[in-house]
Amino acid sequence: MVKTKAFQKIYTKLSQITKATCTLEASGIGYEEMALVDGRPAQVVKIFKNMVTLQIFPGTEGISTNAEVIFLGRPPVIKVSESLAGRFFSAYGDPIDGGPEIDGEEREIGGPSLNPVRRKQPSELIATGIAGIDLNNTLVTGQKIPFFADPDQPYNQVLAEVALRADADKIILGGMGLSNDDFLFFKDKFTNAGALDKIISFINTTENPPVERLLVPDMALTAAEFFAAEKNEKVLVLLTDMTLYADALAIVSNKMDQIPSKDSMPGSLYSDLAKVYEKAAQFPEGGSITIIAVTTLNEGDITHAIPDNTGYITEGQLFLRRDTDVGKVIVDPFRSLSRLKQLVIGKKTREDHPQVMNAGVRLFADAMNSRTKKENGFDLTEYDERCLAFALDYSREILAIDVNVSVDEMLDTGWKLFARHFKRHEVGIRDDLMNKYWKGE
Amino acid sequence: MTKGKVTSIIANLITVEVDGTVGQNEICYILHNQVRLMSEVIKIIGKTAYIQVFESTRGIKIGSDVEFTGQMLELTLGPGLLSRNYDGLQNDLDKLTGNFLKRGEYAYPLDEKKKYDFKPLVSEGDMLQAADWLGEVKENWIDHKIMVPFKYEGKGKVKSIAAEGSYTINETVAVLEDENGQTTEVTMVQKWPVKVAVTQYRNKPRPGILLQTGVRAIDTFNPMTEGGTGFIPGPFGAGKTVLQHAIAKNADADLIIVTACGERANEVVEIFTEFPELEDPRTGRKLQERTTIVCNTSNMPVAAREASVYVGMTLAEYYRAMGLKVLLLADSTSRWAQALREMSNRLEELPGPDAFPMDLSAIIANFYARAGYVVLNNGSSGSVTFIGTVSPAGGNLKEPVTESTRKVARCFYALAQKRADAKRYPAIEPIDSYSKYLEYPEFDRFAEDNICKGWVAMVQKSKDFVRRGAEAYDQINILGDDAVPIDYHVQYWKSEVIDFIILQQDAFDDIDQNSPIKRQRYMLEKVLFICDSEFDFQDFEEVSSFFKKAINLLKQMNYSRFESDEFVNYEKELDAFLTEKKI
Repeated sequence: MVKTKAFQKIYTKLSQITKATCTLEASGIGYEEMALVDGRPAQVVKIFKNMVTLQIFPGTEGISTNAEVIFLGRPPVIKVSESLAGRFFSAYGDPIDGGPEIDGEEREIGGPSLNPVRRKQPSELIATGIAGIDLNNTLVTGQKIPFFADPDQPYNQVLAEVALRADADKIILGGMGLSNDDFLFFKDKFTNAGALDKIISFINTTENPPVERLLVPDMALTAAEFFAAEKNEKVLVLLTDMTLYADALAIVSNKMDQIPSKDSMPGSLYSDLAKVYEKAAQFPEGGSITIIAVTTLNEGDITHAIPDNTGYITEGQLFLRRDTDVGKVIVDPFRSLSRLKQLVIGKKTREDHPQVMNAGVRLFADAMNSRTKKENGFDLTEYDERCLAFALDYSREILAIDVNVSVDEMLDTGWKLFARHFKRHEVGIRDDLMNKYWKGE
Repeated sequence: MTKGKVTSIIANLITVEVDGTVGQNEICYILHNQVRLMSEVIKIIGKTAYIQVFESTRGIKIGSDVEFTGQMLELTLGPGLLSRNYDGLQNDLDKLTGNFLKRGEYAYPLDEKKKYDFKPLVSEGDMLQAADWLGEVKENWIDHKIMVPFKYEGKGKVKSIAAEGSYTINETVAVLEDENGQTTEVTMVQKWPVKVAVTQYRNKPRPGILLQTGVRAIDTFNPMTEGGTGFIPGPFGAGKTVLQHAIAKNADADLIIVTACGERANEVVEIFTEFPELEDPRTGRKLQERTTIVCNTSNMPVAAREASVYVGMTLAEYYRAMGLKVLLLADSTSRWAQALREMSNRLEELPGPDAFPMDLSAIIANFYARAGYVVLNNGSSGSVTFIGTVSPAGGNLKEPVTESTRKVARCFYALAQKRADAKRYPAIEPIDSYSKYLEYPEFDRFAEDNICKGWVAMVQKSKDFVRRGAEAYDQINILGDDAVPIDYHVQYWKSEVIDFIILQQDAFDDIDQNSPIKRQRYMLEKVLFICDSEFDFQDFEEVSSFFKKAINLLKQMNYSRFESDEFVNYEKELDAFLTEKKI
C-alpha cells in the first residue's frame, strides 16, 4: 500500500522530531493524509498554518532533519476483494505470507458509521458449545464482546476455539502486539482445522513497532465491512489484545502533548474504542459483523480506564477464572454478561432458557455465600451443604470451558442438577415451567 | 455573511481566520470537495474563530473556505416531530440515503408536503404573546398546538387567523400585529436555539404529582414526580439502559423523548425495533406514536453528542408549552461530559478534576434546571421530567460527573454492582438511593388523595425494614447463624421479602415488567402485613425456609395478572401458609 507516484513533491526539511512524530513546512496537505518519511509510513495528525505534524508509525529512530517526505494525497487504504481470504497481512495491509499483492478495490480505512436506523436488531444465536457462554452469556451475531482476562489465562486458545466452532463465513483476526508464539498458534490452529480459506489475518506482533497497531482494527474492520455489507456474509472479527491498542493510543497522545485523563489514557479513549467496536452490526441485507475481542487486565482490575471504557461500549464481557475446587478454567457466571442474550434466549432457544439460566446463577451465588461462611469457620446448614455440592457439579458440567454440547443439553443438565440438589420451592422458577420440566419430587 | 479560511486542524477542532463579525456558538460550514461540513464556533480570539466540526475532518486542507450563518444551532419545531428518529443535529435519519452516514448530508426534520387539519383557537383582535396557542392540529393522537413563536417579543394583536382547513407547515396560519403596527406572519413552524431554555410560561411551582414508571423500586420506594429530575449512576452491566427502557415503555407520560447520547447503536436499534410493536399501556396505541428518538451513538461524531442532549431538551420544552406531560431520558450524560472534555483538552484549557472542564458542574446544573412542572400563561400546565444516566468511571461515584449531577438532581437511583452480580434487578441500591420528593408536602398531599392514606409513612416504614435487615445481615455474617438470636434472622428475612417482592422486578416478563401504582400499593400492604406479623419459629433454619416459601408465593403473585383467579389463588395459598405460623 505504500507506493509513491511519479513527479511527487519531495520535502526534505523537518523542523521538529519527537519519538513518534515529526513536523515540517508543507502546503496543500489534507488532514489524516498518508505520507512516507524516508520510506516509513506516516499520517498527518495536526496541521497548524503551514506546519504539518506527521505520526510516523514505525517510530522516528534514525530519522534526520533532511529526511525525504512524500505526501500520498490519500488517507490510509486497503485493497479489498475475495482474494483476501486465506491470507496474512501486516498492519499496513501488505502480505506477510510470501503470497502475491492483493488486486482489488481501494477502500479508505476507518470509514463512515452505519446509519443507526439501517441497522437490524441482532437476532441470530452464535453457538460455541461452551455452556458458560451459550447458556449463561449467549452470543448473538452483530454483537461486540471482549474477554476480560489476566495475561496468564488461556484467552487466545478460547478465542480460537470459539472462532472455529462459530458458524461464520469469514473470520478476520486482528492481532495487536501478539507474541510471535501466539501468532504461530493461531496460524497452526486455523490451518489444522482446515479453515484457513475463510480466515484473514492482520498481524502486528511484539516485534513490530507499537504505533503500527493503531491501523490493525481499522484494516480488519474495513475488510469485514466489505464481506458483511457487500457480500452479505456472516463475519466474525477477533481483536487481540485491545489493551495494547489503547496503550499505543496513549503513546501517541502523550507525544502530541495532550493532557491525559484517568490512568494516563487520552481523554478521547472512549470515542476511540467506540469507533472500533461499533463497527459490529447486523446489516439489513443479511450480513453481519460480530466482534470478539480480548482486553487483558492488570491483576483483574476492571476499574482501570481501558477495561472500564470498554465495558461501557461493548455488549457485555466474558471473564475467565480458574475454579480450584474442580481444577478447571471456567467462565465466571457473576462477572460475565452478554447484553444481547435477551434477544435469543427463550426465543431461538427453548422457552425455559432464561429461567434455568437465572436459577443456576442464583443458586451458584448462594453456594459462594455458603463458601464464605465455611471459610470464616461458621457451621454450615444443610442448605449450605447442598449448595456447595451443587456448585461443584455446576462448575464441572456447565461452567468449564472444555464443555462442548448443544443448548438443549445444557438446559437438561441444569434441570438435572437442580433436581439432584434442591427442593422444588428452592429453585424459584415460574410454576408453568416447573410443571413441565422439573425432574425432582 | 462572514466568511473565513481554515488555518489549522487538530482532530475535530479547526481554527478559521474570519473577515467579519462572528458570534459564540454560531453555526458555520466548511466547504470541502463540494460538501458542506457543519461546525460550531466555540471560542474566538481576535480574527481567529475556533470551531468544532460535527463531522469527520479527514482530508480538510488549510485555506478551505468557511461560511458563517449568523445563527446558533436551532431546532425546527412544528407538527411531525413525533415518532421520528433524529441524529444529534435533528437530521431525520430515515431520510438519509444509503446504509452508511455520508459526510455533509443533512435532512430536513419535518414533512413539508404533508397537510395538517388546522383548527383555530383564537379570533381576530385577540391579544397574544409568545407561546400562546393560536390553533391546533392532530399529530398522532395529541393535539399539537400551533403557538405564537417563542421568539416573538411583547404582545401582538391577531390581525388574521386561518379558517379551519388543511394546510402545509409552511403556509401562513396567522398574522400578528404589534403595537407599532409591525406585522408578523406565523406558520406552523418556528425555530429556537437549543442552548437557550424556553421560559415563556407563567411560573414553575414545586412538583408534587407522581409520575408513574411502572417500576416498583422507583414508584413505591423513591418516587419521581411530573417535572422532577433524577439520575441513574451505575457501573457497566448494572442495568442502566434496561431500566431506562423499562421507564420509556411504561411511564405515564404523554410523550417520551429518548436521547441516546454516545451509547451503543444496538440499544437504539432495540427501540427502533420494539417501539413500533409494543403497546402504550395507557392508550393501547403503539409506543412509537408517543416517542421521538434523538440519537448520537458512540461512533457518530463527538461534537454532535453535546448538541444531542440539548436537542432532546428543546423538543421536550416545545411540547411542554402545549400543556403536555413530557418525559425526557438521556443515556448517558457522562458521554456528553466526555465530549466536553475532549474539546476542552484540544483547546488547551486548564483542566479541572479528571481533566474535565472547570465549568462542568455549571453546565450540568443549567441543563437539569430546564426540566420542571410549569403553569402556562393560559393557566394549563405541562411538565418536562428528566432522568439521565451517568456512567461513572470504574463504577466509582466520587467522580466529577456524578458529583455535579448529585448536586442538582432530586432523585438518585444508584445502581449497585453487588445487586447486579446477584441478579437482583433492577439493581437500584435501596438504602443509598433517595427521592427528595418523598419529603415534599406537595407529594404527600398527592399521595394521601391518590394512592392511600398514610402512603409516605408506609414507604418510610418499609425502608426502615430494609435498613434493619441489612444491619441484621451484617451481624449474622460477623457472628454466625447460631450465635445471633433468631430475631436477627427474622429481621433479615423480612427485609428479603421487601427486596424480592417490591424492589426486584422482571423487566423481561410481560406482566411483572409494568406494575401500576394501584397494584404496587396492594403488594406493599401485603408485604408490610407480613413484616408487621410475629411468627413462631424453633430455629433459624426454619426461618429461612418459611420466608423462602412465602417469597416464592408472593413472586408467583407478581407474575400473575393482577386480581386474576391465578393471583387470588396464590394469595389464598399464601394467607393459609402464613396463618399456620403466625402468633
